[in-house]
Amino acid sequence: MLGLIFPTGHDRRLIPQARLTGPMPWVMAIMLFLTMLATAAALALGSAGQQINADLAGRATVQIVNADAQARQTQAVAAEAVLRSDRAVAAVTQVSETEVRDLLAPWLGSGAVSDDIPLPALIDVDFRTRADAAALARLRGALSRAAPDARIDAHGQWLRPVFDLIATLRWLAVGLVALLVLASMASVMLSARSSFAAHSETIDIMHLLGSTHAQIARLFQRRIALDAALGALFGCLLAAPVLWMLGQAAGRLDSGLVSAGSFGLVDWLLLATVPIAGIALAVITARITVLSALRKKL
Amino acid sequence: MDSIVQFENVGLRYGTGPEVLSNLSFTLFSGQFYFLTGPSGAGKSSLLKLLYLAQRPSRGLVRLFDSDLMTLGQDRLPGFRRRIGVVFQDFRLVPHLSAFDNIALPLRIAGMRDADIITPVREILDWVGLTARGDALPATLSGGEQQRVAIARAVITRPDILVADEPTGNVDPDMAVKLLRLFEALNRMGTTIIVATHDVHLMTRIKRAQMMRLEAGQLSDPTGALRYPPRPADLTGWAGEQS
Ligand SMILES: Nc1ncnc2c1ncn2[C@@H]1O[C@H](COP(=O)(O)OP(=O)(O)OP(=O)(O)O)[C@@H](O)[C@H]1O
Ligand SMILES: [Mg+2]
Repeated sequence: MLGLIFPTGHDRRLIPQARLTGPMPWVMAIMLFLTMLATAAALALGSAGQQINADLAGRATVQIVNADAQARQTQAVAAEAVLRSDRAVAAVTQVSETEVRDLLAPWLGSGAVSDDIPLPALIDVDFRTRADAAALARLRGALSRAAPDARIDAHGQWLRPVFDLIATLRWLAVGLVALLVLASMASVMLSARSSFAAHSETIDIMHLLGSTHAQIARLFQRRIALDAALGALFGCLLAAPVLWMLGQAAGRLDSGLVSAGSFGLVDWLLLATVPIAGIALAVITARITVLSALRKKL
Repeated sequence: MDSIVQFENVGLRYGTGPEVLSNLSFTLFSGQFYFLTGPSGAGKSSLLKLLYLAQRPSRGLVRLFDSDLMTLGQDRLPGFRRRIGVVFQDFRLVPHLSAFDNIALPLRIAGMRDADIITPVREILDWVGLTARGDALPATLSGGEQQRVAIARAVITRPDILVADEPTGNVDPDMAVKLLRLFEALNRMGTTIIVATHDVHLMTRIKRAQMMRLEAGQLSDPTGALRYPPRPADLTGWAGEQS
């Protein structure tokens, strides 16, 4: 297996190269480092979006604002019945008056929240899935008939801009990964071409002695694979502490957006495939470049 | 006798330039020994390039090993090239490989294992008198030594055809005769030999050899009949060209 990638002693002599003096491993290291960061960002933003979605978008609050406590109570019971009977709703919880009082205390001051001030009745609603516009409209209609003073606030609706921002950032990260892949391929192509030109004499001789195109391409593939592997190693060594530090910083934020916990096993595995995919991509690009250059020969 | 090379009305031009070879028609037979001669610039190297598949003819038909070169797929060319040993006029040694590794190159290309390579390469190094110079890089070898490495590389695989372009141009007469013996030995084992040379005396050394003469891209005898053996009269006609 290693023999497929790494040059034998004779191949090294045939297409000699001063190790690590060329720019190739360093370019690969930088590209891989940036690709891993961008991939991590895309994954983190993806899981952050999902988490917010799960936490908030599947919920709504129904408020019943009526100064008359009796009417409020009747409407609350009616509203609860309406909500329970809807197929989109998973759970309905009446928020008790003491809880509402506790919620308001920081804003109004505990003294001010007295029996004199009418408090709204609050009902928490959990949807089975993310509440869509149709379900909300249906609920709104049913509620207005059963409880005229009820107002439903879907959390997902006021979180819409946050969702949109996260989605945009995520696409940006994905786009960045794509651009980095293209740039890496371009640099591998340049490197393969210049190395091909530098060894054109040797290649001509091998060609006339009966080397197949695949044999010649393999020499360059192996060299590029070695360069790419070194680059990948450096890139990983650079990226690992940076990703770890970012994870720590996000953990301290405790926002739940990019906490380390949101990086699952699958995400780590995906990140680990970045350097491997990088090496494979470099080898394939080098092969295609060299083969297309050889095709011009007889 | 089987024909191994057939030319019919072959012409060759480089790019858009004039034809450097025109109307070549001849047949070479398996197991024979041929000399190709003619003045400098007559097109000898160009004709050999067609033989060792470095060029395709611009027109006409070239058949090699009973295959038409025009229609031969690119993927089959390496297999054909491995059956042809070439001594290039400018040697074409790989500059950063030792004499040993240069000679071993065709065997490695053919996929032979390192362990099986050492003995034949040592043998042939001995034949060309370079046993002590196996580790030397081409740049540190004399012109004659480089030429002998080039010859050793061409014969190491015991090819079906050996094409040699001025293979004795840089060696002393004794070494030239010795190298010719090597070609003769190879010829006796069945290899068809084609040697381009200006050296008249060399040609008279091989009694069985036939000769082709090129002048300005055309065969001196346009019927393609080859002189066998070269008549002294033929030789004296252009002995003055020797450099
Ligand atoms: N690659 C090339 N491109 C253009 N013209 C070429 C090329 N190679 C050879 N020629 C021309 O083709 C003609 C024949 O050249 P060639 O090398 O075949 O002669 P030759 O008989 O081998 O001469 P010499 O005895 O000096 O080696 C010459 O006029 C030469 O200038
Ligand atoms: Mg010549």
